[in-house]
Amino acid sequence: MADHKTNKDQRYDRQLRLWGDHGQEALENAHVCLVNAAASGTEILKNLVLPGIGAFTIVDGHRVSGEDVGNNFFLSSDSVGKNRAQATTELLQELNTDVSGNFVEENPDRLLDNDPEFFHRFSLVIAVQLEESTCLRLGSVLWNAAVPFLVCRTYGLVGYMRLVVREHTVVESHPDNALEDLRLDQPFPELTNHITSYDLDNMEKKDHSHTPWVIIVAKYLQKWCREHDFQLPRNYKEKEAFRQLLREGIRKNENGTPEEEENFDEAIKNVNTALNPSKVCVSVEDLFNAEQCENITSQSPAFWVMVRAVRDFVQAEGRGSLPVRGTIPDMIADSDKFISLQNVYRERALQDAAAVSRHVESHLQAVGKVCIWGTLHMWNAAFLRVVHCRALVEEYGVDTVHKDEITSCMDNPDSEMVLYLMLRSVDCFYQQHSRYPGVYNYQVEDDIVRLKLCVHSLLQEYGLTVNVKDDYVHEFCRYGAAEPHTVAAFMGGAAAQEAIKLITHQFVPFNNTFIYNAMAQTSATFQL
Amino acid sequence: SLSLLLFSLFRKKKRRIEELTEKMALDVGSSGDWDGRWRHVQKFLERSGPFTHPDFEPSEETLQFLLETCKILVIGAGGLGCELLKNLALSGFRHIHVVDMDTIDVSNLNRQFLFRSKDVGHPKAEVAADFINSRVPGCHVVPHFKKIQEFDESFYRQFHIIVCGLDSIIARRWMNGMLLSLLVYDDGVLDPSSIIPLIDGGTEGFKGNARVILPGMTACIDCTLELYPPQINFPMCTIASMPRLPEHCIEYARILQWPKENTSIPSLLVLMCLPLYGVALDGDNPEHIHWVFQKSLERAAEFNIIGVTYRLTQGVVKRIIPAVASTNAVIAGTVPSRENTALFAYVPLNNYLVFNDVDGLYTYTFEAERKENCSACSQVPQKLQFPPSAKLQEVLEYLTENASLQMKSPAITATLEGKNKTLYLQTVASIEEKTRPNLCKTLKELGLADGQELAVADVTTPQTVLFKLNFTS
Repeated sequence: MADHKTNKDQRYDRQLRLWGDHGQEALENAHVCLVNAAASGTEILKNLVLPGIGAFTIVDGHRVSGEDVGNNFFLSSDSVGKNRAQATTELLQELNTDVSGNFVEENPDRLLDNDPEFFHRFSLVIAVQLEESTCLRLGSVLWNAAVPFLVCRTYGLVGYMRLVVREHTVVESHPDNALEDLRLDQPFPELTNHITSYDLDNMEKKDHSHTPWVIIVAKYLQKWCREHDFQLPRNYKEKEAFRQLLREGIRKNENGTPEEEENFDEAIKNVNTALNPSKVCVSVEDLFNAEQCENITSQSPAFWVMVRAVRDFVQAEGRGSLPVRGTIPDMIADSDKFISLQNVYRERALQDAAAVSRHVESHLQAVGKVCIWGTLHMWNAAFLRVVHCRALVEEYGVDTVHKDEITSCMDNPDSEMVLYLMLRSVDCFYQQHSRYPGVYNYQVEDDIVRLKLCVHSLLQEYGLTVNVKDDYVHEFCRYGAAEPHTVAAFMGGAAAQEAIKLITHQFVPFNNTFIYNAMAQTSATFQL
Repeated sequence: SLSLLLFSLFRKKKRRIEELTEKMALDVGSSGDWDGRWRHVQKFLERSGPFTHPDFEPSEETLQFLLETCKILVIGAGGLGCELLKNLALSGFRHIHVVDMDTIDVSNLNRQFLFRSKDVGHPKAEVAADFINSRVPGCHVVPHFKKIQEFDESFYRQFHIIVCGLDSIIARRWMNGMLLSLLVYDDGVLDPSSIIPLIDGGTEGFKGNARVILPGMTACIDCTLELYPPQINFPMCTIASMPRLPEHCIEYARILQWPKENTSIPSLLVLMCLPLYGVALDGDNPEHIHWVFQKSLERAAEFNIIGVTYRLTQGVVKRIIPAVASTNAVIAGTVPSRENTALFAYVPLNNYLVFNDVDGLYTYTFEAERKENCSACSQVPQKLQFPPSAKLQEVLEYLTENASLQMKSPAITATLEGKNKTLYLQTVASIEEKTRPNLCKTLKELGLADGQELAVADVTTPQTVLFKLNFTS
C-alpha cells in the first residue's frame, strides 16, 4: 500500500500542508543553535523540535536557579543547580525522537574568545536574554560568516526580536491575496486561438451558460476594443459600460426576460480582476535591477541565477511579461470547457518555464557550472522575494543609526518605538551597573533615577530629539528584568515561525525589528 | 468602561468566594514551593506601576488568590489547550479543570506537546492533566473526558474564568449560550458576580485570534457570527455532473459513491421507506480514505482533471485545517494576558485580537460590538416574518441559512391548543420521519397564529430560542 502514509507523514501531516515535503526536508537538514536556555529560548526550541528540526545545540553556562524552574516548562525542581543547557536539552529532546539535541556547557563569551568558528556550522543561531556586548560580538562573527542570527528577548511585558541576515531569498512567498494571472489585457497566441474557437452567439443554450467567464470577458473585450480604438476600458465609467455590454450578452427567453446565466454574473463581477494589467510587479523589478542579478558568476546562488533567467525571459520570449503562472481560479463551467481553458494556461506556463530553464542553463554553462536542481515547477516568478537586514553594528553606530525612523515613530510618544528605546536604555544601565534595574524591591525607587539618566545619555549619544515619558522609565524599573512565561511563550511562537521561514525559504520573514507590547496587546515592526 | 467592569467584578467575586469558602486553600507548603519560584510573576502582582488600573492594589494576596482559590476551566486539550494549560500552570494557577472529548491521534503530535507516541488512542484531557501535574508541582489539573454538553450549570458556575481552545464553532456557541444562561438579573439589572468571563481563541495555519467576552456586557460569539468564514460546500450539480477541480472528484466519491457502494439496500426495504443500513465513512480509517482516493482518481481520469492526491483526499474528507505549533503558541500566549488583566491589572485596548505571520508578523485589535438583536445575548425577542401561506420548510431554511442565526438542525415546537407540539425535529430519526410531512404544510395549515411563539432548539445553544411569529400579507 504505497499510498498509506509513513508514520512521519502522519505525524507532520498538518504542517506538510503548509510548507510541503521539500520544506520539511529543509527543516530536517537544519541545525539550530540556541544561546541561553531561558524560558524564551526553550519555548522557541519547543516550536522547532515539535515540527522536526534536524538538530539543535544549546549553549549556556548558567546554573539552573529556582526562578528558572518557576517560568521554564523544560526544567523541573530537581534541575536546580545543574547546568541549564544540559537540563533543558533533556526535556526538549524527549519531545521528538527524530530530533538530535546537543548542549555545550559554556558561556558564549568564552566561546567567542576561544573558538568563534564554533558558530559557523549552524543554519541559524538564536540568542535570547543576551547582554548587549556579547550580542554585538556574536552578531559580528555571524555576519562575517553569513550565518543568519535571530535575537529574541522577553523583558517584563515587552517582547523583542531582531533578525540579522545579509541576504535572505524567498523562493515561495505564498502571498495571501495574490492577483490572478489571466493575461486578458494581452492574451498570448494560444489563448487568443482558444477564445476564437468559441462562437458565443451560435452556441446551444446549455453551452452558453456553461462557458467560463474568462472566455466571455475575452470575447467581449475583443468587441469593445474594435469599437474603442483598441483601448481597453480604463476608468470606472468605461468599466461600467463594459459590464453593461456583458449584461446585454445574457441570453433572453421568448418573452425577452434574461435567463439565469451564472457564468455571466461571474464575468460581470470579475471585470476588475480581468482588467488587472499584466505587468511585472515592483518587487520583481527591484530584483531585476539588483547587482546580484546583473553579475552572474560561479559563486552566484541559485536564486539569483533564476532571477536573471527570468529577466532574460522577460526581455526576450516574454516580450515584457513574466512567465505565465498557469493556474486559473475555479469558475462556473462544464468540465470540458474549464479543463481545456486551464490546459491552455498550463501548457503555456510549461513552455515559459522551459524557456526560463534554457536561460538558466546558458548562464550556468557560461560560468562553468552544472544545473543540479529540477524544482523550477515550484516557483512562481511573481512571488520571488529577497530580504536584506542590516548588521547590528549599523543599528548601533552613531553615524548609521536610523534616526529618522526612530524620530518619526516617536511623534506618537506611546508608539512601540519607546519600548525599543527603553530596551536600549536598560542595556546601558547594565553596562554601567552590571545588573538590570529594579531586580529587587529595594532598588526600584533609586533605579528609576539612574535609568532616566541612561535614557538621556542614550538619546544624546544618538542625537535623538524625542520625548520618552517618565511612565516608561518607571514601568521598566517595575519589570525588574522579569521574564513572565506567557510573554516568553508568545515570543517563542513568533520567533520559531521566523526561524522556519529562514530555514525553508518559504513565506516572508520580518525586517528587521519586532516589538510586542503585552500590556496593550499590540505589536509593530521597524527597520533599524 | 470595560476595564472598570472587568476589574471590579473580578475583585467582587474574589472577595465573595474568600468569604464563603474558608478552607479551600491548597497547602502551599506541601506542594514544595521553592525559593524564587514565583519571582517572575510576583513583580507584577506586588509592585505598582504607571499603567496599571487605578483600582489595582499591589499585594501579596493576589498571588495567594491565584495559587489557592482561583478556579479556571480550559475547554479543549488540543493545540491551543496544551499551550494554555502550560501557560496557566506557570503563571500560578493551580485549580484547573480541562474538558476534551477526543483521544490522541498521531497527527496531533506535531504541536500538542503534552502527548507522545505511546499516548495515541488515550483521552487527551487525561494525558494532558497527568503531564502538567507531574511537570509543575502543586498544579492540580482535573481532566474530564467528556463533551461540554454533558455538564450543566452547576459545573460551569464554579469557575472564575473559562478559556476555550475549541475547533468547532458549534461548540463555541454552545459554551457562549451556557454562560449567558448563568446570568442573574435583579430587577432587570445584571448582577456582575454572575458573569464568568470567556476567553476564546482559535488558530488556522499561520492565522489566529483571541477574544474576551463578558457575557451580558460585551459582544458574544453570536454577535459576531459573520466573522467566522463559511464552510466550503460545493454545489451538488458541480459534484454530480460538472467536476472541474480535484476536490469535486473527491466529494463525488465521498458523498455519492460511498453510500451507494457501502450500504446494503434490499429493494423491498427501500420500497417500505425503512432506514438504510450501512457503514459510515470514517476519515480516520486509512482503508476508507484509500478507497475514496482510488475512486476519486477514476473520476478525475474521466474528466481529465489532474491533482488528486492521497493528501488532498484526506484533507477534503476530514476537512483538515493545517496547523503548526508556533501559531498556537502565539495565540495561547495572548490569552493569559487577556484574562490576567484583572491580575496584572492592565487593560487590553480592545476585546478582539487577530494575528497573522505569513508575511512578517501582523497583529490587530478591535472592539467587537454587541449586536442589538443578537439571538443569543440580546434578550430582544427574535422575530420570524412569514406569510401564513409559507411552508414550514421555508422557516427551517431561514433558521439555517440566515447569517446571524446559522442553526445546524433546529427543532421547532409550538404551543397549540394548550399542548406543546413538535412541528419538526431532525435529530431523532423516528421523530424526523413523523414530523417530516409538516415541512410541506403551510403555517396556517399547521394551526399557527399571528403573534404565536415558536421555541427552537439547536446544537448551537444549550437554551431554547424563542421566536415570535409575525404574519405578513
